[in-house]
Amino acid sequence: MITQVENPILEVHNLTVAYNKKPALWNVDFSIPKGKLVGIIGPNGAGKSTLIKAIMGLIPLSSGYAKLFGQDLNSVRDKVSYVPQRESVDWDFPASALDVVLMGCYRRRGLFRWLTKSDKTLAMDCLKQVRMEGFADRQIAQLSGGQQQRVFLARSLAQQAELYFMDEPFAGIDATTESAILELLSEMRDDGKTILVVHHDLQSAYEYFDWIILLNTRLVASGPKLQIFNPKLLQQTYGGKLSVLSQMGDLLQEKEFPVRE
Amino acid sequence: MLEFFSLADPNVRYVVLGMVLLGASTGVVGCFTFLRKRALLGDAVAHSVLPGVCLAFMLTGIKHPLILLGGAVLTGWLSLVVIDTITKYSRIKADAAIGLTLSVFFGIGILLLTIIQQSGNAAQSGLDKFLFGKAAAMVGADLWVFGGLSIILIGVVILFFKEFTLVAFDLHFAESIGLPVRFIEIALASITVLGVAVGIQAVGVVLMAAMLITPAAAARYWTDKLPKMVFLAAVFGAIAGIFGAFISYQGASMPTGPWIVVVLSVIAIFSMLAAPKRGVLSRYFSMRKNNSKILEENVLKIFYHLGEQEDAFFESRKIADLQSRRNMSNRRLKEGIRRLIAKDLLQHKDGVGEEWLLTEKGKALAQRVVRLHRLWELYLSQYLHLAADHVHHDAEAIEHIITPEIEAQLVEELDFPEKDPHDSVIPEAI
Repeated sequence: MITQVENPILEVHNLTVAYNKKPALWNVDFSIPKGKLVGIIGPNGAGKSTLIKAIMGLIPLSSGYAKLFGQDLNSVRDKVSYVPQRESVDWDFPASALDVVLMGCYRRRGLFRWLTKSDKTLAMDCLKQVRMEGFADRQIAQLSGGQQQRVFLARSLAQQAELYFMDEPFAGIDATTESAILELLSEMRDDGKTILVVHHDLQSAYEYFDWIILLNTRLVASGPKLQIFNPKLLQQTYGGKLSVLSQMGDLLQEKEFPVRE
Repeated sequence: MLEFFSLADPNVRYVVLGMVLLGASTGVVGCFTFLRKRALLGDAVAHSVLPGVCLAFMLTGIKHPLILLGGAVLTGWLSLVVIDTITKYSRIKADAAIGLTLSVFFGIGILLLTIIQQSGNAAQSGLDKFLFGKAAAMVGADLWVFGGLSIILIGVVILFFKEFTLVAFDLHFAESIGLPVRFIEIALASITVLGVAVGIQAVGVVLMAAMLITPAAAARYWTDKLPKMVFLAAVFGAIAGIFGAFISYQGASMPTGPWIVVVLSVIAIFSMLAAPKRGVLSRYFSMRKNNSKILEENVLKIFYHLGEQEDAFFESRKIADLQSRRNMSNRRLKEGIRRLIAKDLLQHKDGVGEEWLLTEKGKALAQRVVRLHRLWELYLSQYLHLAADHVHHDAEAIEHIITPEIEAQLVEELDFPEKDPHDSVIPEAI
């Protein structure tokens, strides 16, 4: 069940990614329309984070490509924002919440340039949007998990992008933060932004997203949520890996065989 | 000593200036090595520059600092490439790769050094200074080369401050905004190698890692702001540098490296102990403070409970009365009472020795603690579904730290309760 769209804001074409020769994603191929809140759903080890890292060019592709706004990532980076998993950084870094949000202004400011007052105003405004303005000067290690996640989101807002990729923004946070983030994402969607969110919880996925990508090392489905949420597709996603596929992956790794000739 | 610190001798002036620049620049560079958790890599590079220094001398026969430095940078870089290649293409993990590379390069370095020393080349004398360092040997051309490089290093860090920070904190995000991450990583590695190569003259290869990492580690204790941390690391490095110059000036046969490391260690240990918030002492005092707060509030509570029992909050109590309510030693009780009197929370009964009663202020605080205790008990029994006889001990600890904001939330979530799970009345907020 894969719904392809006309004039997609994101098109992923036949994407295969391998770690250590072992494919983590097989031939993923889908497209996403503009202005949707998209959930990337699947069990642990399904390759959800791998998918957005591959789209963002953070890991090498074995085959395929991703086009954003119909172009290569490098020509549209100003319009794209990536939010890594919260656990991927060491929060004991000597920086304040505001310092982290200011990182979202680095690209616009450019190499060797100092940040300006207007960057600071923008960053404070972004903190306000995630209701963290009172914590601007707090050292980031002293923030709770949910607050740290909101700081990451504020940094992403500071990039003023059109297309957002967020890796597990709902993982390990309190209920207040969860609803605050959801509200913010919905507002952004209503403003015409497109947001792809890696999400682990099937229960809330239906409620949160407009468009769902079901993933389990291969693409199971992609489309409007009403079409995707049926027992058969969910069973295909969560009912374990395809035995032959995962055996082939192990074999490729064992023989150190390339995925593509 | 006075002679040294008056800086009257131009030679002394030059050496001190050189050492200050050198200490500051390695301290600054080390901050990023430290924050990227590459301290061990710094040590590997430091040991790996020795064969380069020796080779440069063997091939040219000249001891000019630029030539030796060139050799040092070359093998320093090579060691990084080797470590990277081993981790990437073999099953050997980074720590083992670092250990292997460090010892192999250093071994070759010592071998070459021995060959040079036995060759009878008169110009070779002084090369062994690179093992443990000799600050005073830094004169003439050395000073210009090392001092100049130090300034360049500091300049590079200032220029790339934003980019280095981002790469150290969040590499993937840096890459996602299109930062030339590979280039910046190479720049970071290069300044580490250069910093090490510059520092060996003063500290020697064996102890160079300390010069790189210790100032940063010590500075981290004092601040949560990166620019401040980098500045402090520079200051610590410079202090160690001055001291190294001083030692070198005093004892003719003394290597500088070990002394610089001693000074840096003293700074680091002092930081570890005395720094506000992160330091051991400050944590110890805050623990002491917590303990006395617990003692004081517990004693106050006894007065309140007795008052509640007899509906006479301002009645005076003897030690025995208090002990009938709660099992506490005489010593602890008196200690608590003494502190509470000092804070005007308890007062002596007029004219009577060992009897005390609550002041208005004391009653208010006691009431608040009891209120928090009972609120927490209720919260545990409602939200954690704990039985009424399980909640007391938890509440004993929590009652001392609940803030007014959390109190307000508790009250709201419990829907303005009147009684705790033991059916005792929750006293009103004052």
